[in-house]
Amino acid sequence: MRYHLGLLSEYLKNYMKTRLTYRADFWVEVISDLLFQATNLIFIFVIFMHTNSLAGWSQNEVVFVYGFFMVPYGVFSCFVNMWNFSDRYIVKGEMDRILTRPAHNLFQIFLENVDPPSLVGSLIGLLIMGVSGYNLGLPFEWWTIPAIIVLTLSATAIYTGIYTTLTSLSFYSDAPTGIIPLMYNIQTYGRYPVTIYNRAIQVLLTWILPFAFVGVYPAALFLGREEMTRMALLTPVMGAIFLGIGLFTWSRGVRRYKGAGS
Amino acid sequence: MLDAYFDFIRIRFLTMLAYRLNYYTGILIYSLNIGVNYFTWKAIYGEGESLGGFTASQMTTYVAVSWMARAFYFNNLDREISTDIRDGSIAIQFIRPYNYVLAKMMQGLGEGMFRFMLFMIPGMAIAMLLFPVKLPSDPAAWAGFLVMLFFSFLINSQINVITGLLAFFVENNEGLMRMKRVIVDLFSGLIIPISLFPGWLSGILKVLPFQAITYLPGSVFTGRVKGVGIWNVLGIQIFWFAVLLIPLFFLYRAARQRLFVQGG
Repeated sequence: MRYHLGLLSEYLKNYMKTRLTYRADFWVEVISDLLFQATNLIFIFVIFMHTNSLAGWSQNEVVFVYGFFMVPYGVFSCFVNMWNFSDRYIVKGEMDRILTRPAHNLFQIFLENVDPPSLVGSLIGLLIMGVSGYNLGLPFEWWTIPAIIVLTLSATAIYTGIYTTLTSLSFYSDAPTGIIPLMYNIQTYGRYPVTIYNRAIQVLLTWILPFAFVGVYPAALFLGREEMTRMALLTPVMGAIFLGIGLFTWSRGVRRYKGAGS
Repeated sequence: MLDAYFDFIRIRFLTMLAYRLNYYTGILIYSLNIGVNYFTWKAIYGEGESLGGFTASQMTTYVAVSWMARAFYFNNLDREISTDIRDGSIAIQFIRPYNYVLAKMMQGLGEGMFRFMLFMIPGMAIAMLLFPVKLPSDPAAWAGFLVMLFFSFLINSQINVITGLLAFFVENNEGLMRMKRVIVDLFSGLIIPISLFPGWLSGILKVLPFQAITYLPGSVFTGRVKGVGIWNVLGIQIFWFAVLLIPLFFLYRAARQRLFVQGG
């Protein structure tokens, strides 16, 4: 554990050094991240200019869900960034280098792609939760902060599981998979009250690509929405299951890796 | 000379064909996108009849048409150009006997034609099976839409090329490209039709080029905008096409003089 934390801090230091070379771009990235989040907020605000409730959810509730959604997403994008995995590690053969080193291969890949600016999004998410929670008069209980931490970690585990599973596919197929960028489109739908969708999409977002567990279900716990409390409490279980699937398919995939021969 | 440019279209089309497997998942995801947007709007409408001049059924059609239009006009020219700049291969391409920007546009067109035939048309068919999409029956509306769609492609590609060429000046334009993508999706009316924005914002968006990419063609095609006809929209699109040529020209000229290769 200490060994891994040590590696993490070394990589972060390295990260700062490379980043300071492109100083302006660092801020452009933070701003473009925030702008991306802002589009979703703008969408919510524009919707509520034309209606009072979305399937029984008020504006403040939907905004609160979005605030929660941003927190695990920021943590995930900071520590688990596999966007270019296939190009960088398989096509260019960098996986060889990873496999000859002592630390666990997946952990190293996470480390090489840490992206601290994403954490700014998590902070903004907490801020949004605070403001809309205050507007709603939500009670601040003793369990609020521990619950935020546990649910954030569980949601991050779900993300990690899903994306690790999808990334493992690149060990099996030679063609660059276009699935991951598209998946980033779908994940945002988990932040709306899933009850507005038809049955098929609800099942998809709950059990197959469980993105409802990174947004609306856990947030419902704080909002005191009793119809979703059971689902909220299920979040850590789903996190453990999907992380398990991810790690399993990953280790199966790595065994198939033969190098790109360049 | 013209043959050479035509070959750019053809070769890109064939290259895309080699990777067509990716596009089957793409059709699935676009249908899902349309589906989720459809249900979201349905929940927003509730019992209501009309929002921002769109009836519920026009909104369904608008969502489907906008996403499918995106399937055609979307491309990654900005990323390709900035990769060419970063790995230095742009130096070679500059001394070849063709216009670099024009060649890129042709490649984009080849990609667009591929996307039109193997992505947009089958995707539209699936969307029409799944959702109550109502397309116009007037052939003139279709002909007009195809021409407008072509201009959507031109304007979107011009914006992409401009973003890509900016890599000459900011060296690492990753953030810039992401920002451009977000802005185009939001301000073009893909996510929210522009007439639903608050007055001051839609006022600003009406004088920007982005609405010419999605909102205007989509509005005309769904028969929503009565006053703004096909000719009017075409006029606006041609205007923006012409205006965007100016920064493109100056950027390209400045870029040729500024070229320095970062390794490679």
